[in-house]
Amino acid sequence: MKKGNFFLYTGAVIVCIVLLLVIVGFFWTPYSTTEMDGSNKTQPPSISHLLGTDNFGRDIFSRVLEGAGTSCLVAVSVIAIGCGLGIVIGGLCGYYGGLPDLLLTRICDAITAFPSILLALVILSLLDNGMVNIILVLGLLFVPSFARVVRAEFSRCRGLNYVKSVRLMGAGDLRIMVFHILPNTRQVLMPALAIGFNNAILSEASMSFLGLGIQPPNASLGSMLSDSQIYLQSAPWYALGVGGVMVLLILGFGLMTEGLQRYGERD
Amino acid sequence: MKTILKKLIALIITLFMVSVLAFLAFQIIPGDPTTKMLGTEATPDAIAALRSELGLDRPVMTRYFDWLGSFLSGDMGISYSYRTPVGEMIAQKLPVTALLTLLSFLFTVGLSIPLGTLAGSVRSKLLDRCITVTDQILMSVPPFFLGILACYLCGIVLKLFTPGGYVSLENDFWGCVGYLVFPALSIAIPRAAMTVKMLRSSIYKELRQDYVRTAQSRGAGRWSILFRHVLKNALIPVITFLAVSMAEILTGSIIVEQVFTVPGIGRLLLASIGSRDFPVVQAIVVLLATWIVVVNYLADLLNLLVDPRIRRK
Repeated sequence: MKKGNFFLYTGAVIVCIVLLLVIVGFFWTPYSTTEMDGSNKTQPPSISHLLGTDNFGRDIFSRVLEGAGTSCLVAVSVIAIGCGLGIVIGGLCGYYGGLPDLLLTRICDAITAFPSILLALVILSLLDNGMVNIILVLGLLFVPSFARVVRAEFSRCRGLNYVKSVRLMGAGDLRIMVFHILPNTRQVLMPALAIGFNNAILSEASMSFLGLGIQPPNASLGSMLSDSQIYLQSAPWYALGVGGVMVLLILGFGLMTEGLQRYGERD
Repeated sequence: MKTILKKLIALIITLFMVSVLAFLAFQIIPGDPTTKMLGTEATPDAIAALRSELGLDRPVMTRYFDWLGSFLSGDMGISYSYRTPVGEMIAQKLPVTALLTLLSFLFTVGLSIPLGTLAGSVRSKLLDRCITVTDQILMSVPPFFLGILACYLCGIVLKLFTPGGYVSLENDFWGCVGYLVFPALSIAIPRAAMTVKMLRSSIYKELRQDYVRTAQSRGAGRWSILFRHVLKNALIPVITFLAVSMAEILTGSIIVEQVFTVPGIGRLLLASIGSRDFPVVQAIVVLLATWIVVVNYLADLLNLLVDPRIRRK
């Protein structure tokens, strides 16, 4: 087995299992996520209720599936915005260089110096909270992390012989950037994506935990964890189930990052 | 010396930009604070009077410099909700958060450096995997979930402390420290896991340097090489990382304060965001941002201090 692949595979398996459950959860859950069952309040985990029931008799496993779905949806959207804009900004800056590059790099450095949760907290306190806003704010805050790695790759490849040679063959800037340099960034983009997904899940969970992210009736892992805290005494499995899924997701992506980084170091 | 001065100028410019942004951000928020303070049925006269009392009727530039001037002299404005000076409110909450941050930092350093060194010196492949996986698991637990786990395990099951039963700092210093140990550990463990990972890979890289081979050929033992040669070099990036993570630890404490109901800056910030008490939010944001910028600056200086190679460049 190649070095680094152990972590990559273990991480990928964990992520795939959780994501598969989440995708199934979008279409079907074992119980209704909203229906209350007065006779089954705060039941500990059993065969019929895998993670037990909450204070209203709702099945926690079904609710976790729904919450994890929201969290993943937010994380994917955040990464799509962050990575998309990051590639465009980083690519243009790295390829052309000059004053705009210097300026944007400084701004990105300034943004990354602050913990993203703190920035998101402040911006969301000024806006109304809600799913679209949290996606937009986190997405924009995630741009620098992608722009940085893409920029470094573009500015490195710009002067390489293969780029010079396609330029001599008459390829335009846009063609060089999209078809010739962009595919070469995947080595650095893959770990960045895995780290980004990790941070997106964590940031969304923190925001929702603090009550500034996803608002009821929607639920995400963070807001459910915040709810579960009240019932820590009577239904500890609630917090453990929700938090456990969150840890699994983050762990899966963390292991994948580790694997990808070791894979990169090998070359 | 020149580098330090250059960085100092950059620091001042950054702080200036932070203050401008923090000021402007709270100017463009929709909704007039006067309607919030007086209710929607206030007479225009009352609103105008309050606006001039709060100084909202003057141009933005004048207000910025007035605000900056009074902020620097310690006057951070009046809270909308409590009508008390913001400075006093913050000064009341600051010691708790400072203590929590300090404890978390001490735990992070105390846990990560010995464990990281130990992990870095491991040569067995199986053990390496076990350490990496354990480390990844600990890194993956968000501080607030770790806090909830601590509340459940240490608080409810083992009854080591009462979750939510915060002991006031003024009344009982050691009681307060005893309570804060749990939130501090919740913040410190994931941070320490990250530091362990970093120190481990740093030691791994250093062990493959030429000077290690030279030391080996001189007959130096494994542990002597590790402690006398490798660790000194391997700690350089880790020291910078630890210094920078002071910022993350502070952010972590804002969230973990909610879990353990510690009445610190974090709870004040969130309560103020909830009640749209913007002078308080603004003051806290500026203070936190200043702290982060200054910590990053000090980390840079520390880097210069511990690594002579950078100084010579």
